[in-house]
Amino acid sequence: MAFVILMFFLIALMIGAAIYAIVQKDLLYAVIATGVISLILSALFFLLQAPDVALTEAAIGVALTTIIFIITIRNTVRNEDEFKDKDDIKSAVK
Amino acid sequence: MKKVIVLLLLAVTGYYLVISFMDLGKYGPVVETGVKDFYLEKTVSELHVANTITSIIVSFRGFDTLGEVTVLFLAATALGGILYKRRHDVGGRSVLFPSSSIVKSGSKLLFPAIILLGAYVFIHGHLSPGGGFQGGAIIATGFLLMLLAYDNFSVSHNVLSFIESFAGIFFVLFGLAGMMMGGTFLENFMPVGKLNDLFSGGIIPIIYILVGLKVAAELTGLIYTVLHEKEN
Repeated sequence: MAFVILMFFLIALMIGAAIYAIVQKDLLYAVIATGVISLILSALFFLLQAPDVALTEAAIGVALTTIIFIITIRNTVRNEDEFKDKDDIKSAVK
Repeated sequence: MKKVIVLLLLAVTGYYLVISFMDLGKYGPVVETGVKDFYLEKTVSELHVANTITSIIVSFRGFDTLGEVTVLFLAATALGGILYKRRHDVGGRSVLFPSSSIVKSGSKLLFPAIILLGAYVFIHGHLSPGGGFQGGAIIATGFLLMLLAYDNFSVSHNVLSFIESFAGIFFVLFGLAGMMMGGTFLENFMPVGKLNDLFSGGIIPIIYILVGLKVAAELTGLIYTVLHEKEN
């Protein structure tokens, strides 16, 4: 029973982080929220007796993907509303 | 007009997907008596490997792993090719933010431990959870930590590409050696040893160490390339 409650708690936390990542306009916070999703997913994989997948998810999903997104944000724009037109984004990315 | 075409294509794809999934259902009883018993039995009795997942990934489905490693290699190469012209000159790198001395000494302390953990994970791939891919990713995380903490920390691209090609070539050579001994690609041809020993499982630990080195070199090179991209 405790196992089921823990699973539901983690899944609820994951869905909450996913919704936060969509709603948040500051892309840096959104990326951190996706990192949190990966972290909880890795815990879930471990609870479901797939430690191999949990290790991969922890290393790739939490650390590497998040940092590559952060570097991308540093090189482009941080806020979603900063550039309205497509041309502005193009000139910012170049 | 574009939207109509896209919807049409999606409808056709969906139709065929539904049909093929309907067909899958018919083979239900066959799947139950499929290869899983064969794998579970052979893993312990013939290969003397404690971790069944490892024996499937490296031995029974070793060719798939070769394809997977190739995909990663191609992705890293393509990224390096795209960003090649925009790289900084040697030594110069824009930092995300200057790190404090606490971060610097902390990551210096953690770096060897992370590398050790990664090496442990891929050397013990046939005994405990984990393996080449996981260990390589963990090692790349350690290098990422150092690259973020120290703005003058650099890894040699020549060493990385040497490790990568060395591991890739020996992976294929070990596979071909299995063929030359009269078996299939990646067939085991070395003594298997005792179950639960570090030196057991024939060529499986060797292949996994090679995969671990290759993945670590590829991911480290990937991060290094991205971090060295010029601003505008």
